[in-house]
Amino acid sequence: MNGRTLRTIAVKDLKEVLQNRAAWIPALVVPLIFIIVLPLGIILAPSLMQSMSPLTAPTGPVGMMRERIPALAAELAGLDERQTWVVLMTGYFFAPFILIFPLMFSTIVASESFAGERERKTIEALLYTPASDGELFLGKALAAFVPAVVLTWVSFLVYGVVVNGAGWSVMGRFWFPPASWWPLMLWVAPAVAALGVAATVLISARVRTFMEAYQTSASLVLLVLALVAGQITGVLYLSPAIALAVGLALWLIDGVLIGLGVRTFRREALLVK
Amino acid sequence: MRVPVIETESLARSFGPVRAVDGLTFQVREGEVFGLLGPNGAGKTTTVRLLNGVLRPSGGRARVLGLDPAQDGCRLRQQTGVLTETPSLYERLTARENLALFGALYAIPEPDLSRRVARMLEEFGLADRADDRVGEFSKGMKQRLALARALLHEPPLLFLDEPTAGLDPEASRQVTEMIARLSRREGRTVLLCTHHLSEAQRLCDRVAVMDRGRLLALGTLEELSRSLGTGLQVGIGLQAPLPDTAVAALRRLSSIGDIRYTSLQLQVSVADEEAVPAVVETLVREGARILSVVPRQPSLEEVYFTIRRVAQDASCATEAIP
Repeated sequence: MNGRTLRTIAVKDLKEVLQNRAAWIPALVVPLIFIIVLPLGIILAPSLMQSMSPLTAPTGPVGMMRERIPALAAELAGLDERQTWVVLMTGYFFAPFILIFPLMFSTIVASESFAGERERKTIEALLYTPASDGELFLGKALAAFVPAVVLTWVSFLVYGVVVNGAGWSVMGRFWFPPASWWPLMLWVAPAVAALGVAATVLISARVRTFMEAYQTSASLVLLVLALVAGQITGVLYLSPAIALAVGLALWLIDGVLIGLGVRTFRREALLVK
Repeated sequence: MRVPVIETESLARSFGPVRAVDGLTFQVREGEVFGLLGPNGAGKTTTVRLLNGVLRPSGGRARVLGLDPAQDGCRLRQQTGVLTETPSLYERLTARENLALFGALYAIPEPDLSRRVARMLEEFGLADRADDRVGEFSKGMKQRLALARALLHEPPLLFLDEPTAGLDPEASRQVTEMIARLSRREGRTVLLCTHHLSEAQRLCDRVAVMDRGRLLALGTLEELSRSLGTGLQVGIGLQAPLPDTAVAALRRLSSIGDIRYTSLQLQVSVADEEAVPAVVETLVREGARILSVVPRQPSLEEVYFTIRRVAQDASCATEAIP
């Protein structure tokens, strides 16, 4: 593997995506809503309400989560109603939502660089270069994977600043992130990004356009929504141990899908289709 | 004898039941411009892909620059430049970015790269648009940029697939002149795929005519016309209509092919120029009043269509055999 070749292909793909505003503007807007607008709304909502009871009553969202996730009891011990609301909603309810980012970022770039390149008929010149099939695949995969992980971590950082900053008056200390976020960000998020890349490579081999590839691979978001549902209902509370297990399962799936992707990404297969 | 840069032997490639390339055997010598002619679907592009190791053959063998394309594709492509049928440029990137990208993939050392990119842009008349997005370029400019990309790493062997397709006459002429310069002045070997016969006649030292994956004929224009018996075309201008016996007298000559007579113009095919004096002598003896005699080589177009007609006749004859 030639490092310069990998870097060149990856940088080229990223430059192309950055020039395609239709691709990256939605990818920027959604995270901004999730990491700034919604947490601010959640943190500031109680100050606009006369009473916290509708939220924290046993039949309200806080009460229901507390009841369904007994593991949280220790972490919520000693917190008043407003603090419980902030910690539960921004620290636990939102955790799986952040996993949408690596998926979204990686599928956009991968759709653009695998299906988009075929759609624009630019792939042929690339296939006539000395780059090997493996270098072409890896260069393109890196272009999707690395920025997806970095942007997720940047979003995590901004989210942390917003939650700690806006919640300071309620919490009186830096409390975010809780321990469960670290495996989620360092282990599960990269696995989700790799899943987005691998699935998009396979989907791109079967569709004709960037949009088809992106829309089809975006259906993976259902997986993340399942984690959200699991978290809210208490069926699958993403404790550090569970997060490590979920991440391991995802990496195993990634391994299989990437293996299949490498096989579909042969010069010959790309031209014959 | 010049060294063969490309050698193929019974090279074949099928896509399912379709034989896109069917038993191709030919050689391309160092420094020559070799034309692959044929209609769409003849197998020209598939041949280029096979010779660059982008596709694997289903049969036969090929050696290009001494390497087996199927085994040493990466090393081989380091030494070949390919102009694809569509320019395959990144339209959202600038001309400079496009060249720099491919320069890096062809392993041009970093310190040389920007200098070489600037030189190519200058040479191909794109320096003033170097930092504009390629999407804003005309077809001719894109084709020149694609040609600059194919030459950036100074390959000794060039594959040009329909280099003037879709270009207006002016842009087409610019590209043709560039190809001629690359071959004549710089001594590069060029394999040119085209169905523009006038372009092939102007540029190619030798041509191979393909149809449905098969090689129908191969050689210089002279060799092909001689082998087909189209030889030399002699145009004879007459002052008065030919006497009735003149055409019959001409047919009795041994070296005569087709004879076409319309009003005061006579067109006679002869094997070579040795036969011309006998034609003139016969006509004069039969009382023809000759104004002019102009021998000329048949055009590639005439030869090409004769080759295709002969092949079709042979194919019909084969099909007719029960």
